[in-house]
Amino acid sequence: MKSRMTSAVSRRTLLAGVGASALAASVPLRHGLAASKIKVGILLPRSGPQAQIGIDCQRGADVAPEVLGAMGYPEMEYILGDTETKVDVARAQAEKLIDAGAHVIVGAFDSGQTMAAAQVCEQKNIPLVVNIAAVTKLTELGYKWVFRNFPTGPMIVGDAFKNQKTLFAESGATPKSVALLHVNDTFGTSLSGALMALTPKFKMPYKIVEKIPYDPYGRDFSAEVRKVKAAKPEALWAVSRLNDAIAITKELVRQRVDLMGILSTGPGWYEDPYLQATGKYGDDVISLVPWVDYKKEMARRMRDAYRKKFPGRSITSNQGYTFDAVLIVADAFKRAGSTKNTDLQAALRTTDITNNTTIGEGIRFNEKGQVPHVPCGAVQNRDGKQLVVLPKFAAVAEPIWPMRPWRER
Amino acid sequence: MDPWTLANAVVSGLLIGLVYGLSALGLSVIFGVIRIVNFAHGEIMVVGMFFALLMFRWLGLDPLLSVPLAAAAMFGFGYVLQLIVVSRVSHLPEHMQFLLLAAIAIMIVSALLLVFGPDAQGVHVGYAWDSVAFGELIVDYPKMFAAVAAIVVAALLLAFFKYTTTGKAIRACADNRMGAQVVGLNVGQLYALTFGIGAACLGAAGAIILLLFEVHPYLAPGYTLLAFVIVIVGGLGSLFGALVGGILIGVSEALAAVLFQPSMKSAFSFALLILVLLLRPQGLLGKAVR
Amino acid sequence: MKAIDLFLSPLSAAGRWLGAVLLVVLLLLPYWGSSYVMTVATTVFYLALVGQSWNLMLGFAGLLSIGHALFVGVGAYASAYLFSAIGLPPAIGVVPAVALAVLIGLLIGYLGFRFAIGGVYFALLTIAFAEFVRIVVDHVPWLGATEGFFLKVSAADRHGIDLANLRGAPEMYYYLIMALALGALVLCRYLLRSRLGYYWQAIRDDPEAAEALGINLLRYRMYAVAISSGMAGVAGVFYAFYQNSLFPEIVFNIERSIEATLGSIVGGVGTLFGPIFGTFILTPLGEFVTEGIDLLKHWRVIDPETKLDGLKLLVWSFIVVLIVLFKPTGLWPWVCHRLRLTRPGAEG
Repeated sequence: MKSRMTSAVSRRTLLAGVGASALAASVPLRHGLAASKIKVGILLPRSGPQAQIGIDCQRGADVAPEVLGAMGYPEMEYILGDTETKVDVARAQAEKLIDAGAHVIVGAFDSGQTMAAAQVCEQKNIPLVVNIAAVTKLTELGYKWVFRNFPTGPMIVGDAFKNQKTLFAESGATPKSVALLHVNDTFGTSLSGALMALTPKFKMPYKIVEKIPYDPYGRDFSAEVRKVKAAKPEALWAVSRLNDAIAITKELVRQRVDLMGILSTGPGWYEDPYLQATGKYGDDVISLVPWVDYKKEMARRMRDAYRKKFPGRSITSNQGYTFDAVLIVADAFKRAGSTKNTDLQAALRTTDITNNTTIGEGIRFNEKGQVPHVPCGAVQNRDGKQLVVLPKFAAVAEPIWPMRPWRER
Repeated sequence: MDPWTLANAVVSGLLIGLVYGLSALGLSVIFGVIRIVNFAHGEIMVVGMFFALLMFRWLGLDPLLSVPLAAAAMFGFGYVLQLIVVSRVSHLPEHMQFLLLAAIAIMIVSALLLVFGPDAQGVHVGYAWDSVAFGELIVDYPKMFAAVAAIVVAALLLAFFKYTTTGKAIRACADNRMGAQVVGLNVGQLYALTFGIGAACLGAAGAIILLLFEVHPYLAPGYTLLAFVIVIVGGLGSLFGALVGGILIGVSEALAAVLFQPSMKSAFSFALLILVLLLRPQGLLGKAVR
Repeated sequence: MKAIDLFLSPLSAAGRWLGAVLLVVLLLLPYWGSSYVMTVATTVFYLALVGQSWNLMLGFAGLLSIGHALFVGVGAYASAYLFSAIGLPPAIGVVPAVALAVLIGLLIGYLGFRFAIGGVYFALLTIAFAEFVRIVVDHVPWLGATEGFFLKVSAADRHGIDLANLRGAPEMYYYLIMALALGALVLCRYLLRSRLGYYWQAIRDDPEAAEALGINLLRYRMYAVAISSGMAGVAGVFYAFYQNSLFPEIVFNIERSIEATLGSIVGGVGTLFGPIFGTFILTPLGEFVTEGIDLLKHWRVIDPETKLDGLKLLVWSFIVVLIVLFKPTGLWPWVCHRLRLTRPGAEG
């Protein structure tokens, strides 16, 4: 099985003659439903500010056809759509993918862009299999065509609490005070909101002594880190993106803020560019995030194919969950035996996959199209590698907690 | 608020402000002479950052050592850009100049994405993680070195405009274009030189900033907006004003971050910009006549 | 029918024919185009409306705005908030929403005049206001802050026509925005031929002479600012109920403001058809570029496996640069002249 990247619209339209009307350029042909191959629209932010993550997600999708083909899953054809990190482009691209004959759409990493794509898919009755998007609303709006195998904000936070408790109990070191440093964007606000709301409910042993939201376009983080230092917390909880995570780490080291540990929920702190930029100072940071579980066969198969195709680039939740989304599609198509939307929808509803790539018992959607519990792991950076340290059943290493002081590295 | 925290914020804001000021100088030089607002400002600076990144990768050069190289490379870029592209729109209304440079900005970002990919990339220098403490006041080496480098480059630039014949000719051009032509100055050439010098400033600032932050293609718009704020506050076209504006913005953002909420800090900059535009539209150090 | 007469008078016979054909093609678009084409066309008309509004501010009041996203965003957020909070249907909510956009427009315009901030300085003032409001809305919880403001949409809402609540099938949105964009065109045409329009032209051509003739510069310029920001506010109301989700990061982004200027500048600033024509060129141009790249991949001129994210925008912006360099007065006047779409002496 091989995947062909095509844009079904292009040849026809250009050959059909450019002159007729500017808009005619995009007239598609309706594709027959009884195709033997399923056309999967992959909708991701592959340019614009989220390009780095979008391309990482794409890499996860890129290895899927080969891995799944070897396991007897049916052939798939990808049609690629780039949201350019814009909500309205995401909407138009979703329309375009469907017009180009996509039987199902996988995407779109970002909450806002996914919401836009979901509206289109609902209208068109085309299944949307979400790879990554944490906004709770997505599966609370009564959508019939949206399927998500990714935790919502409150799920991520709840699991983070659970993993922290285990971590503190096993290491015998419990912080009494925590400073929350979070990026003031869609993801950062919703996660920090859930965190503040759930802290009392989970009876955490610490107090949040300072909550510091910062500008997503911030460059210099010395004042922010100084604020952390002034609050004298024992541990830092961060919700960041990539560049801010790097800058915050640099400031923490330079301003000599020694902590029991850094806990992150969200991207940034585990990504390759972060590890390259911070080197030994990036070690010991713990990310409490959805992650890949190499104790599963599928994850190891993905890793083997991935290493051949993208040597030197590590696998994170971006690749894992995008791979799983394609797996969900391939599995549903295999069982449905047809590319008809209602058949696919019915097959998706009865999804029951246990051999996937990410942590947890497997993938089964509830009536809302949400996998009820998508467990997160605790992933620690060690010598530039991301190692799962919790939960126990997925762990490949023992956690280091408290983390080693900056000056002793 | 504990005074050490304030002191740290002020010092750090001051140092970073000098670097921002140097970058804003590039905008100010170009506007002061050619009367064009360079909407591709941040993008040209990011090209300078990538240039310094390559110098580090290929030759192992510390970004501070590649400042002259980055300045020279960007000078060439700016010179050619003015000579063959921007000069064609100098007689057109402002919105055409704006669109041209905005489109060039998009071209630069897209080209950088194609060549370098979307990842954040940076340099590793020996002192990157070091700082010096004076009591509770902690100053880190990269920021300190960056500020010193910014002062040196800015001083060289001011000296160039003050003491060299070419510098004086450019200033004459800025004050009175017609007069400059009458006395036989080659205005087209001088304009290209000016754009080159402005871009060289950005190249230097880019190399210096690479010492502090990682670079990626989408960094640019933030720096463009930042430079607008700084030059308006300092006085569009005033060279010294750009430096003062940089320090002012650097310090006020740092103070806003520690005294209020960090996520609001750029709102303070924009509020400051609006106030300055209304109360002293020529900027703090700009000339009264526009 | 006077409005239509006014509208048609500058067009030559060829222009009228072409206009009629285009109108029919566009009116029938839902019958021949795919839903994707509809989405693109809806975006084009929406941008044309915002562009017309921007054009009015520059062409009639002489003010270069690079913060038009502010007026659009204010209209969008106000109408969406009123709808969500007190159930005010957008058909009524458009009034306070537009009023707020106009108010803010007048404030910025007044400040600009009062303190004699012109040209580039005014442009930077508009950017500063838009950015300031963006950050403020980022911190207003009842507007959803950074988490976004969502309008409820039910499955039933996606069918039929409910103009009062702006809920219905994609066709409804398409015809509505088409009507609004063409309405804005007719309005501008009407205004230009009115007393007000002559004052504007007088002010634009020679402000000092106009003032000497007793024209109150401030007042007439403020009229232009009010109409422009109000028009952008209307576009904002449409945007809110078409997108159903508003994020300050996206709505007030400077990129939105730049988008608003693109069509007008490429089409021709100060011309009536310029904004709509320019948008009709630029938006599909992006599609052509994408498809051209795909075609090259298909023919194996480019290795199909290479990822060329960013190439589309590179080519697209290069074409924009070429247009600026070689057709600095915009494409519309040139096309008009070439195809003899307007009568000699008449303004497009």
